[in-house]
Amino acid sequence: MSIHNKKLFLLCLATLAGLFVLQFLLSDYLVLAFTRILILAVFAMGYNVLMGYTGLVSLGHAMFFGAGVYGAGLSSYYLGVSLPVAFLAGILAAIVLSFLIGLLALRTQTVSFMIVTLMFSQAAFLLILYFSEFTGGDQGLTLPTSARSFSLFGLEVDMTSDVARYNLALTVFGVVLLGLFAFTQGPVGRLLVAVRENEDRTRMLGFDTYAIKLLAFTVSGGISGVAGALYGLMFGYIGSAFAEFKISIEALLFTLVGGPGTLLGPLVGTGLMTLLFDRLSGVTTAYLIVIGALLIVVTLWFPTGILGTLRDRWLPWLK
Amino acid sequence: MDIVPYLLLATLEGLVQASVLMLTALGLSLVFGVMRVVNVSHGEFFMLGAVAAWVCANLIPGPPYVPFIAALLIAPVFVGALAWAADWAILKRINYNPEATIVSTIGLMYIIQQMTLITFGPDAQAVDAPFYYTVRFPWFGYSGYKFFIIAVAFVLVGGLLYLLRHSKVGLFMRATQFDKETAQNFGIPVTKVYSGVFAVGAMLAAIGGVLVVPSQQAHYLMGHDPLLLSFVVVIVGGLGSIPGTIAAAILIGMSDGLLSVFFSPTLAKIFSTLLVALVLVFRPQGLFGKAGR
Repeated sequence: MSIHNKKLFLLCLATLAGLFVLQFLLSDYLVLAFTRILILAVFAMGYNVLMGYTGLVSLGHAMFFGAGVYGAGLSSYYLGVSLPVAFLAGILAAIVLSFLIGLLALRTQTVSFMIVTLMFSQAAFLLILYFSEFTGGDQGLTLPTSARSFSLFGLEVDMTSDVARYNLALTVFGVVLLGLFAFTQGPVGRLLVAVRENEDRTRMLGFDTYAIKLLAFTVSGGISGVAGALYGLMFGYIGSAFAEFKISIEALLFTLVGGPGTLLGPLVGTGLMTLLFDRLSGVTTAYLIVIGALLIVVTLWFPTGILGTLRDRWLPWLK
Repeated sequence: MDIVPYLLLATLEGLVQASVLMLTALGLSLVFGVMRVVNVSHGEFFMLGAVAAWVCANLIPGPPYVPFIAALLIAPVFVGALAWAADWAILKRINYNPEATIVSTIGLMYIIQQMTLITFGPDAQAVDAPFYYTVRFPWFGYSGYKFFIIAVAFVLVGGLLYLLRHSKVGLFMRATQFDKETAQNFGIPVTKVYSGVFAVGAMLAAIGGVLVVPSQQAHYLMGHDPLLLSFVVVIVGGLGSIPGTIAAAILIGMSDGLLSVFFSPTLAKIFSTLLVALVLVFRPQGLFGKAGR
């Protein structure tokens, strides 16, 4: 198998190596912060498949993140399955949900698509609240101690250890990153970009654009679910806050800041924004105001994001 | 037990809600119809109207109707100016790109919400009704102020419709809505029409907020429900159709009052959100609208 875009592949490997070394350099607090960053970056990378590469702006990805959180968390909480099984259950829930929602939502375009995804996501959020006896509602559920460790292939992993959590998050991040490299830099990725740039022309060339978009939607939702399932299981807590509108907006903001349609953009955006929010939370509780201002600033003056700007100016392979 | 008083009460409450909803949704519909953009911060303009009414009630002395009338004048002017500024500073610069407009009005929504929280705090604030007069029915008394809300809403909407149909400004707006480029060729100042429409849309929401605050309370998060319901109305009524919006507002305002008697508010909201999504997917021209151009 030949590798398209070797430079980007090497940069991905270097990034993973750098992230591995990082845990020996950072304080405990920052290792925890970077664990969260890695998981949220997976979420943003999933969002980016749809928004950046395919050009479909969804306002409802919180529901796929939430499907991961609840699919994994509820099967662990009620069925007592082992963590790897719960993890797979969360991903499966997100894939099924995103396929079904995609079937419907992709009949619409641009503004309607944004509103439809937003409304489905709000309905999902409200359903979690409505069935709060089962889901824990906004109070949430804390997973039992038995669900705080697991063994896989003879390897014991303790979910309360910072080092274990970081390396687990890094492993999942690495798998998703390399998987998305193969997905976006090959022929399928070029089809996604073709739909983004000119859907009519792509259809004219004989491609089934609805099927391409549905594939992108399902992959995007599924990866968001990977992040959700990992987040819920790793920190042992599930709650309706994971399916809030704000979560969708964070994925959008992280992707916009880092650079939509660049493979590593979401990681950059998530890292910068998460560290910024952590700083701000010491100063003010109204960090939402910063999210709001950034959304406007980025839309006005910086629509291609950090890595997108680098790509357009100097590094055309950074995509 | 007699069913008549319950039915009458539910109808009255439904009418009050429908009138406020009609004003708010009409603002959203006007903006979408003429400018083809969705303003997600519309609910915050409603909230600002309510908060402005509360501020007036605290700052302006005299019997309750004095600050109320002041609020009815000041709130729309203030909110309209804010919307005009947002249009100038943001929307004009992104050239009213539909997707970018949604993203930046989401940003605006957070900013307005959090600024209100920082300035006025998280507590819900009550405001006195401008007058107390009870209309006596054989079974119960009903607040005369609520009849006043209905009257004001219908007068305003009637005036707006008249303006749209019979004035030069209305003609400009309809021409811009029909075909922006051609309108510009005929010398219609399209950019001014856009700024004006965005401000008027926000003003309608602000008036809705002022009217509602004596029977609800002013709170920095109160914009969510009017936004959602306005979405439902605008989309069910057919995007950009004014008569459709009015019909849908009355239908949904009335039925929402009845529904929330029988079902939990959460269930009613799940129903509305799914309704919006499914109408957009399966009948994008709205339930009442004909297939668009």
